This record gives sequence, C-alpha cells and structure tokens, in this order.
Amino acid sequence: MKKIATGNKAVAEAVRQVVPGVVAAYPITPQTEIVEQIAEFVSSGELKSRYIAVESEHSAMAACIGASITGTRTFTATSSHGLLYMHEMTNWAAGARLPIVMANVNRSLGPGWNIWAEHTDAMQERDTGWLQVYVSSVQEAYDATLMAFRIAEHNDVLLPVMVNLDGFTLSHIMQPLETVEPGDFIPPLHLAHAIDVKNPAGYGGLTGPDQQFRFRWDIERSLRDSVKVIEATEKEFVKRFGRKYGFTEDYCCEDADVVVVSMGTLGKEAEVAVDLLRKDGIKAGSMRLRWFRPFPKLNLKGKQVVVIDRDYSFGRGGILATEIMAQTKEEIFSVIAGLGGQEVTYDDIADFVRNRRIGEEFWFGVSTRV
Amino acid sequence: MITVRTAITASPLTNPSAQPLQELNTIAEIPKEEYILKCTSACAGCSDSLALRYVLKAAGADTVLVVPACCTSVIQGIYPNTAFNVPVYNIAFGAAAACASGMSNAFRAAGKKTNVIVYAGDGGTLDIGIQAMSGAFERGTDFLYVCYDNEAYGNTGMQRSSGTPLGAKTTTTPTGKTDAKKDIDAIIAAHNPPYQATACAAYPQDIFKKVQKALTFRGPTFLHILAPCPPGWRYSTEKSVEMGKLAVKTGMWVLYEREYGKLTISPQSKAAMRKPLPLEDYLAPQGRFKGIDSKTVEILKQRLAKNLVKLAAEEAEP
Repeated sequence: MKKIATGNKAVAEAVRQVVPGVVAAYPITPQTEIVEQIAEFVSSGELKSRYIAVESEHSAMAACIGASITGTRTFTATSSHGLLYMHEMTNWAAGARLPIVMANVNRSLGPGWNIWAEHTDAMQERDTGWLQVYVSSVQEAYDATLMAFRIAEHNDVLLPVMVNLDGFTLSHIMQPLETVEPGDFIPPLHLAHAIDVKNPAGYGGLTGPDQQFRFRWDIERSLRDSVKVIEATEKEFVKRFGRKYGFTEDYCCEDADVVVVSMGTLGKEAEVAVDLLRKDGIKAGSMRLRWFRPFPKLNLKGKQVVVIDRDYSFGRGGILATEIMAQTKEEIFSVIAGLGGQEVTYDDIADFVRNRRIGEEFWFGVSTRV
Repeated sequence: MITVRTAITASPLTNPSAQPLQELNTIAEIPKEEYILKCTSACAGCSDSLALRYVLKAAGADTVLVVPACCTSVIQGIYPNTAFNVPVYNIAFGAAAACASGMSNAFRAAGKKTNVIVYAGDGGTLDIGIQAMSGAFERGTDFLYVCYDNEAYGNTGMQRSSGTPLGAKTTTTPTGKTDAKKDIDAIIAAHNPPYQATACAAYPQDIFKKVQKALTFRGPTFLHILAPCPPGWRYSTEKSVEMGKLAVKTGMWVLYEREYGKLTISPQSKAAMRKPLPLEDYLAPQGRFKGIDSKTVEILKQRLAKNLVKLAAEEAEP
C-alpha cells in the first residue's frame, strides 16, 4: 500500500504490523511521534499490544527485558539522552541475549539543549553488543524496522537491534512509503531460554572469572554469525518485496578515484554531490554505511577516501573515520560535519571532495575553509 | 488515612485465580515444599534467606523472582549452580520494579497467572530503585514487591542506606548515622496500593500469611520485611530471631497490614504496644549501636513513641 509518511510514522507502522506483545517507552524529542503513534494504535485496538508508559528510559529498557525474557516480542524507541539514560540496561539486554528492537532517532547530546541530528548518541552504544543499522529514507526506516525483528529473533543472533534514523531530517520528513504484508517473513518468536516455571532456572546470577568470558565470547560469536543472517534476511526481503539492501549502499563506487563514506541522511546528499562532481569530471563515488555493528568489510582498496562523521570521540577523532582507519591501509580525509544538526548541503560535500587533504581532519565550519 | 481509590483499585478488587487463604495455627501447617535448597551461600544466621523461604512457600511454584543487586543476588550460588527452585531473573540495581512491570504485563498478555515477585533489599528499594518502584506502583502493575530490609548495603559490606536507622554505625557512618530512617511505607501508602504490610524475619508464619494474602490482590502489593543481619548489625549469628523479636517487642518495628488504606496492626505488635520492652533491650546487643549517645537514644525513643501513637490513631479511624 502506498502512502505518505514521516520517518517516525514509518517505524510505527512496521511495529504495528509485527505485533509486539509489549511496548514500553518514554517520550523524548524527536522520537516521541513513534511512541505516540503506537499508543494510538493500541488504544484504538488496531494493535493488540500492551503499552507500558514507563517513568524513564532506564525503566523502558528494563521493562522490555522483563517482557522479552518471557518469550514476548518487544519494542521501544528513544533518542539522545534517553538512550544514554538506558545505557546500563542496553548492556543488560545484549548480555541477556534478548531480541529487543529499538528505534533510536539520532540526536545531539547536551549541554546545550540541542534536539537536532547527530550520531554520537548511538555511537556511545557501539560496544554494548547491539546490532546497529542506520537508514536514510522513510521507506528504508520502515523496511529496516521490519527486518530488525527477523534478524534479532533469529536463533543464530538473539541480540537486540537498534534502527537509527536522523532526528528531524528523517524522523519528521514526509516521503512516499510503500508498506507490505510481512506475513511469515516475520515468524513467531520462539525464545529458547524463555522463563519456564515448570523448568526453573537462574538468569544472570553470580558468574565467576572462569565463566564470564565465555558469555562475552558468545555475544561476539553471534555478532559474527549475524553477518550471514543479515545477508539472508536482505536477500529474502528483495525476493519478497523487491527492495534491495546491503551492508552499504554504493553509488558510482566501482570506477571512482575518490569515495565519500557517510551514514544516515548525509549519505543521500553525498549521492547528489557525486553527480555534481562527475559533471566536473571528478570520478567520485558514495558509500553509505548501513550496518555499523556488525561492522562490514569495506572495499576501499586503491581509492582516496573522504569520511564524513556526524559524531566525534573527543581526544581521538571521527568515530566512523577511526573504524575505517583500523580496517584499511588507505589514508583518509576525515570530515566532522553535521553535529547538532549543522546544515550540510550536497554542495558542501562536493567541496569536501574537491578540496580534500588526505591524512588530515577537517571540522566543517571551524577549520580554515578548504 | 485518606483512601482515594485510584485506577489500581478500580479494576476487579481481588484476583479470582488466587488460592484460597489458609488459616494457619502452627508452623507445621506450612507447606513442606522447599524453594530455597540447602546450598545457599548466605552468611551464618542470615534472615534474608529465612524470610525468602517463607515468601516462596506462600507463593508456590508458579512464581518468578525478580532480584536486583542485593544479598539475594549472592546467596543463590555461583553459575552454573543455583540454590533457588523457582525461576530467578537477576537485574541491575535500580531496575527491579521496571523489569517486573514488563514481565507481569507479558505474562498477563499471554493469559498466564504466574506470580511476579520482586525481592529487593533496602538499598535497591529505598534508594536506587525508588523511581522504578514508584512508577510500577503508579501504573498499577500486577506484582508483589518484597523489600527485605537489613538497614544497610549488606552485600557490599554494610554501607549506610536511607533505611539505616538514626545512630547506627556503618562503614560510611563510622560514628553513627545522623539522619533518620526513610519511611518507605508512607511513600508506598501514598500510591494507594490495594495491599501493603510489614513483617519481620523472626515471624515466618506472619510472612507466610501476608504473602498469601498479598497474592490474592490484583495490582501492586508491598511487603516490607525487617531482616536482622549478624555481620551488619554486629551480633552473634544465633541471635537473628531474637533480634527480630526484640525489634517488634520494643516497638522499634511494627507489624501491620493496610488493605485498601485500612490499617490493621498485627497481633504480635498489638501485644507489644500494650507494654513495650525498653528500647535499650534492642539497642544494647547490637554492635552497630555501641557507644550511641543518650541524646540520640532519646530521639529514637520519642520517634518510636510518636509512631506507635500515629499507627494506633490510624487504626482507630472508622
């Protein structure tokens, strides 16, 4: 069915279709529209879920954990400070191997109070054991949310999945949306370690130095295994519904001399920048990273690389740039742009490429104009 | 006591699926089933495990315990072993009530009547868990919250909590606590739960009866158990029951129930209130009160007396 929707409404629509037993959530701009829409679906009877209006994000994730361990499908949504407030519990959710799906609407961190897009919130969750996907359109927000449930609940994964969409530039932008009938694309959840009062077990109790590392390794092993589950899910998705996704979305990369690597909505701007650059005879390409965890093997051999980070690790560098440097020998030009919703146009991105200084870091709006 | 009926009590008043209450005359009538097996890693004389034994006997097998960081996280034993014969979900310190909230909703959505019981210490209840607990009570979560109160952070070696009484020495109040114990029962009462009660580990039959009763209600219920702690309170291990009884007999700890806001003082405390033992009988055997000055004892006595008058007056209300 074709309609027009915001990124937030698209996520809520996907959640309505997969019918979680429990949704526990707390409002925060610019995510609130997702949970308001779900509350509306529940109250109108369109969605047969229990909506728990918790008193904090810490409790939102704790409630999802409590619900999930009974074998119930669960969903929550958050953003920015909400995500950081639940950080203790996001670790718990992954450690407890619970297939919780969460939408995170990427937003800057205070102070000052800034409600606009930035990826540093989700990046601070990168070591928790959650899978993370970043989307760039309303359609992709919907499709990725559907796929997130299938991937999280797969027996070879059983880890939570975070669907990231940029605050305002995607959460509140209206675009065409084509919904599907998921049917058995989302099979019922069978959680092997669900609580069973007939077979009592202890969960998460004292675990000694001779055992704890085994559970940590299990998380990593499943993250590695999740690569093939993601690939299989995306393959099944294109077969059933006709839309193709991968670990990256590559645009004119094959013959490119210089490739822009970015995430989220900036990746779409980068494609326009590539068109402009190609008109000027610069063989540019765009590689939009979709999955940040598990981090894919990027094919950047022989290319000059311009990485745009909408995030930063103070004292080290752009987080995406750092991850890429750890993987490839190619030297990169690291651009820090779009923090706190700073406007970055495709002309700006084309300028980053034209004036690139490989091996250097450039703060857009702060460093000397390239 | 104002008894405003909130959304909590607007739902069916009692749980139709609950077991009929047993009238117990002797401890021999308590079920033989054991859910705490004989291999816990509790300290000698631990009254937390004693209280939990009777909580679980009353709740039965169709029960899940949600346990935040506390002594009970430790006494289960070390993976892959557990001494508890019901499912136990361990969760982060401040998250027990929220976790139970999700669990209870998921069970009810699936049509299951499984009892969801939080079993948390005073730190996880009065301090770090209070927000999640208040939220869960306000939302009318169908669960029983049990706070076993040893009046300090026992698991980490006895640091003061807001449940530590005035004058008590802990590792972070080495000269005695200068603030009064937080009145968590009044805070719970402000949420208008259908049922709340106090108990003491020295009176297991009373715990058993109150848990059975709590589980007949639909909605959030609360049981606050005083749990004497030999290493924390600094008395010898064989005296836990004696310490609990002294707490009740001096009036320092009062056993009661509040059902839809109506207070009933339990018989053990009624008897004690007629002729309370001197408070010194309770303070003297405990190392944590050693060297307490007479002024602090006087303040404790005044507050104790005021509390007894307040509770008697509340009970007398029509």
